[in-house]
Order: sequence, then structure tokens, then C-alpha cells
Amino acid sequence: MSEPVPSKRPGIAVWLPLGLFAAFLVLVVVGLYWPADREVSSAFIGKPLPAFDLPPASEDRPGLATTVFKQDGKPRLLNVFASWCFPCKVEAPQLAALAQQGVEIDGVAIRDRKEDVAGFLKQYGNPFKRIGKDDLSQVQLAIGSSGVPETFVIDGKGIIRYQHIGDIRQEDIPLILRKLAEAGQ
Amino acid sequence: MIAELGLAVLWMAAALAVLQLVAGALALRPATAHLAGVVRPVAILQGALVACAFAALIWLFLSTDLSVKLVAENSHSAKPFIFKLAGTWGNHEGSMLMWVTIMSLAGGFVALIEKRLPENTLIATLAGQAFVSLGFYAFLLLASNPFERLPEPAPEGAGLNPLLQDIGLAFHPPTLYVGYVGLSIAFSFAIGALVTRDVGPAFARAMRPWVLGAWIFLTLGITAGSYWAYYTLGWGGWWFWDPVENASLMPWLAATALLHSCSVLAARNALRTWTVMLGVVAFSMSMVGTFLVRSGILTSVHAFAVDPTRGTFILALLAIYIGGALLLFGLRASTVTEGARFAVFSRESSLVFNNVMLCGILGIVLVGTLYPLLTEAMGVKVSVGPPYFNPVSSVFAIPMMMVMAVGPVLRWREDKGGRITWQVAVPALVSAAALLAVELIFAPINLLPALGLAIAPGLAVASFQPLVGRNLRRTPLPIYGMVVAHFGIAVALFGMASEGAFSTERLAAMNPGDSQQVGPFKVTLQDIGPIAGPNWTALEATVSASYSGGEPTILHPQARTFANPPGNRTESALLTRWNGQLYAVLGEEGDDGRWQMRFWWKPFVPMIWYGGALVALGGLLALLGRVARDVKRLVAVDKIAYRRERQGR
Amino acid sequence: MNTQTKPPMIKAKHQRLVLIVFAVAALIGAGLLAAYALSKQAAYFYLPSELVAKPPEAGRAVRLGGMVEKGSIKTQPDGVTINFFVKDDKARVPVRFSGITPDLFVEGSGVVAEGRMEGTTFVADNLLAKHDEKYVPREMKNMSTAEAKAVISETK
Repeated sequence: MSEPVPSKRPGIAVWLPLGLFAAFLVLVVVGLYWPADREVSSAFIGKPLPAFDLPPASEDRPGLATTVFKQDGKPRLLNVFASWCFPCKVEAPQLAALAQQGVEIDGVAIRDRKEDVAGFLKQYGNPFKRIGKDDLSQVQLAIGSSGVPETFVIDGKGIIRYQHIGDIRQEDIPLILRKLAEAGQ
Repeated sequence: MIAELGLAVLWMAAALAVLQLVAGALALRPATAHLAGVVRPVAILQGALVACAFAALIWLFLSTDLSVKLVAENSHSAKPFIFKLAGTWGNHEGSMLMWVTIMSLAGGFVALIEKRLPENTLIATLAGQAFVSLGFYAFLLLASNPFERLPEPAPEGAGLNPLLQDIGLAFHPPTLYVGYVGLSIAFSFAIGALVTRDVGPAFARAMRPWVLGAWIFLTLGITAGSYWAYYTLGWGGWWFWDPVENASLMPWLAATALLHSCSVLAARNALRTWTVMLGVVAFSMSMVGTFLVRSGILTSVHAFAVDPTRGTFILALLAIYIGGALLLFGLRASTVTEGARFAVFSRESSLVFNNVMLCGILGIVLVGTLYPLLTEAMGVKVSVGPPYFNPVSSVFAIPMMMVMAVGPVLRWREDKGGRITWQVAVPALVSAAALLAVELIFAPINLLPALGLAIAPGLAVASFQPLVGRNLRRTPLPIYGMVVAHFGIAVALFGMASEGAFSTERLAAMNPGDSQQVGPFKVTLQDIGPIAGPNWTALEATVSASYSGGEPTILHPQARTFANPPGNRTESALLTRWNGQLYAVLGEEGDDGRWQMRFWWKPFVPMIWYGGALVALGGLLALLGRVARDVKRLVAVDKIAYRRERQGR
Repeated sequence: MNTQTKPPMIKAKHQRLVLIVFAVAALIGAGLLAAYALSKQAAYFYLPSELVAKPPEAGRAVRLGGMVEKGSIKTQPDGVTINFFVKDDKARVPVRFSGITPDLFVEGSGVVAEGRMEGTTFVADNLLAKHDEKYVPREMKNMSTAEAKAVISETK
């Protein structure tokens, strides 16, 4: 056994691994918790709806144009859905509940056929006042929605106030109502 | 009933781990040293209990108990037996239980047989092992209980991901886990040694079999994983530098470095601090890899079971264990006494060089894997692939392989250049001749494959040099192990270089009856028809391939469709000859009724995996040699003790 | 490195230092090399509008992510080369690919193409289609963020 050799430099070098590891931790923490998904929603919050005018997707409801959102100063929900989308079916009862509470809901059917939409509405209920038909996902992309279903809270001036990504669950209803109330002030 | 029993046993094992940690920590204080006697039996019992819990889970899967959530979500009564078994660990919860099981069994095994280490270091090691296991117990019991029941039994299970319904992949993860967990033992040894400041040859000798064992399994796991990716992904490549692959490569690099520095410490009592640090780093890389794969922070072609909350949990474990260990290292490293010295020109130096180069490659792979994450934090999206990894890692790999050819013939402590002139000259000449041949006959070839083709034969020759002048019958087994492993590296390198230099590819739309020339093969599409397997249906092509006009061989590439759960997978067909492989993939039917077919002729490509297998075999020989010697020594010590006892009477 | 004279045994005090300096130097070298190579070799991710606005230098490996335009997939007479357009809400980029397309590569769905620009055509070596509903390439997940930024900068 040799004697301990006191040396200052190793004293610094032995902390190097810990330093590197700390840098790694910082990096992955940023990567894990960087609110990338929330940013998607926030990017459009406070922006006006882009102008669009969609033809009707169903026989018994009119189509959907941007002007609707500015006509009476009331906040509304804009629901992006499709008959081929499974979570949309799961979401239907919650939309129905919201409609029953007097919330005005307008829909945009994405890449859909009229007969499919009719079948969907017949089976799962029709909470919509108007339904626009967006065959090329143009409106969907323009309002910053990346999937179906998504729901937007639009205030009386046509400004996007909240974006809900994914289906509205039972427990999300109070949140949606609160956002609507905030948008109505 | 079995599920509740399994859960209860798991809780008991966790409680024992707490006891093992507390008793171990207390036993290191003089006042409570009498607790030391508790630690070993507790560690053994803990291992046995967890094994029972894992057996319970296997039983649930084999009997397809659909009232258990995990079984219902990941299995199906119509699945073949072997995949029911593999379903046990083919999911997050089951794989974590398997991890804990292997870890605790290994801890129990250490407690049972390890006799060389000073008692204090062993107690500290077992306490460290319990500390690490506890994190995983917490993970299992609090966040991913594998025995959770459904409120009502499911009518039928959801099945196993079709990509995982493959015999190779079914046994691939457990192989890697054994490797990772073996490194956790090395980690615990390093912690134990740091706590007691007792770093010496005894520590290295106790740790070495575990490192060797872990390294063998990692080698096998990586080799098998590479082969799996090669034949299931249908892309013809054997290594994609995918985050999941890198996650298994990084621990291997660290373990390889650790293995070599362990040898220096065991034989020469040098590189003490460095070895301890590598012990920490090797297991850190296992955990970092697991974290990167499981958290979904990096996407990959292999991505499965991605869940940010799990990522958070693993991250917390990572921060506690690795941060803690590195902190301990920082505090204690300068108080570990310096080891023996050596000259610049010595075997030690060559091993130091090997270590630093391996760490360099490790750093490069780690940086490349994490770089997309770094730029994404700054708002730029990039991906990093072979154009980065191949040349940059070669900058370190090529000098390393050159030194690898010479290192084993150097003497410990110090050596003279004149003594080994021949040992340097012979491989150098072989390599130079190979390079010349490659450049003259096959040019143009890219730089890296050409260098590989040149270095591989030289390294192959050099790897046998340690045997020159030895009595072959009395040469210790570990020397043979080293020779075989180094030779395996040369073989694998040759396969990689040959694949890179000489592969030919043919992509064509074919009608039945059409032929194509692929390298030396003439391939003919004969027929395409449907076929049904146990739980899939497929379109199967019948392809005949004849090698330079010889007898044709029939190949059956398939496009499989799975029902439970729905999914698709291409099943490539391979024709292996001694000098290479023909690789056939069936694509889609075009609008005009022709079928897309893709063929590769890859000369000597199987050598990549033969080489990997040889490397693992070398490790196995070394391990057998070491263990045999340890056993012999133990028996001898026992005999002496017995004799003394008799004389005492 | 060696001579016939007695090789220098490193002085006792210095051995650790020399080893550490060597190791640290090699690792820093590895880091610098990695940083340099990454700046050269990392494949940047482009949306169609970004690719049109600021095309990468020809031959540089990049990735292009977007939607496969409906009705745009055309198979060439050789039966294995396809041409199609990848688009976002602003621009469309012609893409050529030779090979077997992934199962989930269909018109109207998302795709990430790995390859390089040749003239105005993007030549793809590899196509990554959306694996299933759960698997979305990380870049695609954030795609609407980038689009959002583009839209916002335009409305300003």
C-alpha cells in the first residue's frame, strides 16, 4: 500500500462526473417538463379565429362561417370532430350534457362524408347548432388543432379563449363551463 | 388468490429490503456491529421471496387469469404458450418485476457465496444493493402494481403487440436486464468500497465475475437485438443508432471499460479510483438507457409503453442513485489511496488507453443520443443518425483496435519496445496487405469500410499472439477467453466492413415468373398466395434463388397481419451461405398487379453476429476460468481450516 | 514513444495527474469532436413551408414532415418508385421515394421523410409513417406549434 498522495487537482476532477450528470439531469428535466403540448394550445389563445366559410356537413344543420361567432356577443364552443374518430363517440354524452345546459356548440367535421356524419349524429346525438364540412382539414390546421376531437372556447368577438385537446371527459365539464363563463365576461 | 399472494410476498420482500438497508447501515457503526449477522440471511430471503412473486406472475400469465388487469391488457387465451410466458415481461409492470427479481436474486447470491471481501465492505455492498432495490420496489408497489385486479374479469385479453410476438424479441429484453442488473451489483460493490474506503485487488476480484457475467449478457443482448432489428424491420440494416439501441450500447461500452480496468486493479492494484468510478458509470448508463427508453423523451422505432409519469419516477430514482453515488465518489475519491504505478510503455498503459477510448465512444454516443433533446429545448428539431455516429465513433474505435492488437502482448508494469517488434510487425503487415488488396481489387470503397477490411485481418492475427510461446495445455482459461473475445471483435468488424463495402440491393416490381439479378443470385418470383398462422394471416411470396446458376433454393418472405391486437409486420426471408446472406422482403401490390420486392445480397454479413457470439463466448471462458479458480481456492482454504481445527484438538 | 534506455517511470506524485489530464483531455476532445460533427451532420427537421422558404443546401441530410396530399401518390412505371406531395397549410413539396412504403403510409396521413433535396424535389431514402394512433413522431406532435408560429408571424 502506498501512502495517500494528497493532490489538489484530482480533488477538482472527481467532481467532474457529478457535474456532467447534473447537466444531464437539467437537460432531461427540461425535455420532460417543457410544456410542448401546452404551447400548442397557448399559441392561438387570444388570437381571432381565421376567416372561413364551410358548407354544411348535415342535411338538417347549416354550415359554419367565422361571422357566426361575432353576431351576438355570446361565447360558444367550437368542436372539431369526425364520424370515424373513436374518442368523438366517447365524447358525445358530455357534449350533449353541455348543450342541455344551454351552451351553443358548433361543429367542424373533418374529412368526412355526409352520410357518415348523419349516421354518427343519429347514433350518438346531435348537440350542434351548425356543422361545417372541412374536407381538407384546412380550418382544422388554421386554428391550430392537430387531432380530433378538440374543442375551442370562442368568445363573443370571435377570439379563441381556450383549447381543449382530446375528448371532453365527465370531469372536464366544469372546466369547460368555467372557461365559457370567463369568455362571456 | 395467486395474485394477492404474489402481492403480499412482494410487500414482504420490500420490507426485508428495508431491514437489509437499515441493518447494513447500522452494522458499519462499531456500537451496533452485532447487526452484521442479520444482513446476509435477510438478503438471501429477500431474493427467494421476490422469486416467488415473479413465479406467481408467470403462473397468472400461463393460466391467462383475465381478472388480473395486466394479463387482460397484455395476453390472450389463444396465444401460443411461449408468448404467454414472454407476455409476463413484455410489458412495463412485468418487466419491472423481472428487473427487481433478478436484482434481488443476484444480491442474495452475493450474500450466499462471497467470502473474499472484508466483511464490512460486503455489508456495505449488500446495504447498497438493498437501497437500489428499494427504489424499484417503490416503483412497482406504488406506481405499477403488476397484480392489480380488474373490478370484473375481462371476457378476453387484448393480446401482445405483434412486433413483440417474435421468439427473438421475447427473450431479448430479459437478456439485457440480466446485464443491467449485473452492473447494479458492480455498482453496489463500488458503493461498498467507497463507504469503507477499501479499494484493492480483493474488491476487483470480487466484482469481476459479476462484471463479466453482466458483460456476457449485454453482449448477447446487443447481438441478438441487432439481428432482430435486421430481420424484422425489413430495412436490411443491422444497426440504426436508434435511441433504444444506443441505450443498450452505452452500458456495454462502460462495462467493457470496467472489465479491463478491473483486470488492472486485480492484477496490479492500480487504477483504483478509476475502476470505482467506472463501476458507478456502468450502472448509471443502464439506468439512463432505461430512462430514455421508458420515458418516451426520445422517440424511436422501437417505442413502447411510453408514459411521462413513469419517466418521472425513473428520473427520480436516477437522480437519487446516480447523483448520490457520484456525490459519494466526489467526497471519497481523493481519500482512496493511490495504487501501484506503471510506466508509459506497459500493459497498464495500453489498458488505460483502451478505457479512455471506450469512454470517448461512450461520450460520443451519449451526446449524439441527447443532442435532439438539447436542440429541441432551444426550439430546433434535428435527428442524429449514422452520418454522425459512424465516422465520429470511428475516430476513437480505430486507434483503440490498433492498441488492442498490441496491448495483450505487453508486460505489466513496464516493457521495452524492442521486445515486441515482431508482435507489432506481423499484424501491421497483414493489415497493410489487406488494405492494398482492397484498394487494388475493389476500389472505390468508402474510407471506413476500407479501414475496417484492413484492420480486421490484422487484429484477427494479433488476437492469437498472446498464445505464442505458451504451453497451450497449461494456459489459464481467462487467457483463452481474451483471445476468443478479441478474435470475435475482429470477426464482427470484418462483417460490418464487408456489409458496408459490398452490399448490393435490388428493388423491383415483379409479376409471378419475373426474374432479377441480385449480386451473384438470380431470383425468380414464382407465386404469391395467402397463408394462415396460429394467430395471424399473411400473404406469402414464393421466391426461388439460385447462386451463380446453381440449384435454386426456395424463400418465403411474408407480410403478416395480426388479429389480436390488430397490426402488421413484414417477415423477411433469409438465405444464408458461408459467404453471405440473401435478404428478401415482400412489399405491396401495385395498381398494375405487380408486386414490390426488395432484395439485398450482403457478403459476410452474418459474421457480425458470429463475432458477437464469439465475444460472448470469450467472456464465458474467462468467467469459467475465474470461477473455477475461486472455487479451487475456497476448497483449499476450507481444507486448511479443517486441518487446523483437527490439529487444534 | 519508447527508447532503448530505461523507460521513464512517471514520478510518484504525478502519475494520477498525468492519467487524469490524459483522460480529461480525451473526453474533452470527444466532446469537441461531437459538437463539431453534430453541427455538420445532424439532420434538421423541416415543414414543407420551411423547406420552400429556406431550402437546405443540396445533398444535406434532412427530414421533412407533413401530410401526404390526397390524390398525389403516383407510381412510376418501374413499379417501385413513387412521387407524391408532402404539404402543410402553406406549401407543398414534391417527394420521390424508391422502396417499399410502410403499412401506414396512406394519402391524407402524416409522414416523416428522411432524405435530401435534389433540385426542387425531395428525394427520400426512408419514410416513417405514423405507427399507430398512439405513436406520433415527436416532431409531428409539435408540428402545429411550428405552424402556429408561422400563422402568428403572418397575422402580425
